[in-house]
Amino acid sequence: MTTHYLILSGLLFAIGALGVLVRRNAIVVFMCVELMLNACNLAFVTFARQVGNLEGQIIAFFVMVVAAAEVVVGLAIIVTIFRTRRSASVDDANLLKY
Amino acid sequence: MNDVIQAPTIEYGTLAPLLVVFGAAIIGVLVEAFAPRYLRKSVHVPLTLLSLAGAFALVIVQVAVNSVPKSASAMGAVAVDGPSLFIWGVILVLSFVCVLLINDEGHFVASAAAVPGSSDEAEAEAAGNQHTEVYPLVLFAVGGMLLFPAANDLLTMFVALEVMSLPLYLLCGLARRRRLLSQEASMKYFLLGAFSSAFFLYGTAMLYGYAGTVSLGGISKAMSTGSLLDPLLLIGFAMTGVGLLFKIGAAPFQAWKPDVYQGAPTPITALMASGTLVAAVGALLRVFWVALGNLDWNWRPVIWGVAALTMIVGAILAITQTDIKRMLAYSSIAHAGFLLVGVMATFGSAEQNAQSLKAILFYLAVYGITTVGAFAVVTLVRDPGGEAGHLSRWAGLGKRSPVLAGVFAFFLLAFAGIPLTSGFFGKYAVFAAALNSGAQPGDQMGGWMAGLVVVGVIASAIAAFFYVRVIVLMFFSEPAADGPAIAVPSMGTVAVIAVSLLVTVGVGLYPESVLAVANDAASSLFIR
Repeated sequence: MTTHYLILSGLLFAIGALGVLVRRNAIVVFMCVELMLNACNLAFVTFARQVGNLEGQIIAFFVMVVAAAEVVVGLAIIVTIFRTRRSASVDDANLLKY
Repeated sequence: MNDVIQAPTIEYGTLAPLLVVFGAAIIGVLVEAFAPRYLRKSVHVPLTLLSLAGAFALVIVQVAVNSVPKSASAMGAVAVDGPSLFIWGVILVLSFVCVLLINDEGHFVASAAAVPGSSDEAEAEAAGNQHTEVYPLVLFAVGGMLLFPAANDLLTMFVALEVMSLPLYLLCGLARRRRLLSQEASMKYFLLGAFSSAFFLYGTAMLYGYAGTVSLGGISKAMSTGSLLDPLLLIGFAMTGVGLLFKIGAAPFQAWKPDVYQGAPTPITALMASGTLVAAVGALLRVFWVALGNLDWNWRPVIWGVAALTMIVGAILAITQTDIKRMLAYSSIAHAGFLLVGVMATFGSAEQNAQSLKAILFYLAVYGITTVGAFAVVTLVRDPGGEAGHLSRWAGLGKRSPVLAGVFAFFLLAFAGIPLTSGFFGKYAVFAAALNSGAQPGDQMGGWMAGLVVVGVIASAIAAFFYVRVIVLMFFSEPAADGPAIAVPSMGTVAVIAVSLLVTVGVGLYPESVLAVANDAASSLFIR
């Protein structure tokens, strides 16, 4: 009965990816990326159950650690931008183009 | 689910170059924590340079005593084979050279936390502060670059990808001048990079579901018995492919490259344009060749399209650029396309694989060093507000500073692939390998390979146009009255430019020197 979990994981991933594409606030975009990573984790533990080895569960731990490191770096960058521009909108950062 | 997790065996000797770089990075963090501010730089610089040189020496020792392992190290997580060692050597040389550039005064912000234009910033600048965290961050990034192409399972590859990228996101935001651009570049790189690595990870999950393992060899084995039309396999292949192609900046995933290259401090741009590209191409080759080798029916047409699009997009958009760093970024995109032509040729017999692998390794080595040289020249042409980025500011540079303009012109000719420069032999090797693979009996894509080479040659011709345009601008137009100043280069920058120039000329005259090494490295192929 792992299919449902896979569908849920696919949905979460799609919601995350859609959020990255349509949302304008850098923090929300970043949260959507984290949602995508969590969708990956769900897929990993589901497959671990399905194929019957521990690898997927171990990978989920690694992904959590990487995601935590990514939060540290990401928030540092977004907070710096916010302090400079008083806005965290990804549309306002538009100096680099063409 | 009754596996017991075994204590791993680690081949410390084989992995020594990696461990040296990561160890030095950790010591660097401790130096940041405990050394007084005025001492930090004088500790960091020798530590960083010595660790990179030491790791390089270890790579050489490993090759010289001929102890290239035949199987993967660290319980199958890291494959230190001929191509890995070659790529390690190249990355270590490139990063050593880049650290000499980074070492220069005035590239990095006094206090990243201070708002641009605020009194805090003025204070920090007056106090002569400069972020020395840059050195450990660079070492972590280099460590990630070393691990990325050597990773033998997708989890290690993902971790390496992040270890390489996270410090680079931060380094991009640390430019001393034009800080708004720098911060914007950092945010764009971060959001897009995190997005693409999520794709890579979901692809990994799908491949794990298909094969029951994430080791590259295991996936390949599962494919030889299982169905090749399983949606899990196809989705997994496509999504890991997206993650990897993003990192090398192939179209349609190239959008971040010009923005990030322009905004980042130039020494960091040099590190990204050389080291990251080398590492990412190595990883792409390993995944497609070792894990997805049986799927080449599916991935070769895709790579065909991506390679053609990348070359065309890179070459055509470069023409419209008015900023020197953006132009070099699009040129780097076009070169990623040329490299993909070589990736497509890794197919069929072992000799064919070895030939195209050799071509790619050679290309990476010579392109990397020329790129670092070109960006080193960019750091020297300065306006009062920072580097003179706009192309119009470069007009008449040949009359003000003939040596510098001449060196830069030579680098551009090497990018264009003019004979007697290293770039020519790089392109020749890759295109020859592609034509050869098309001529193999049984290759259904034979005609297509020839077509791709034609596209490549046309793209090279377009690219040559914009390189030559810059040369004409430098030598045949009048210098502006208030033209940019040529900074007096530091010893480090002189060394960087001299080394790049020597390699570009030397390899252009005697390509056998590097080709022979690349050949030795490639002939052992990747560990399956």
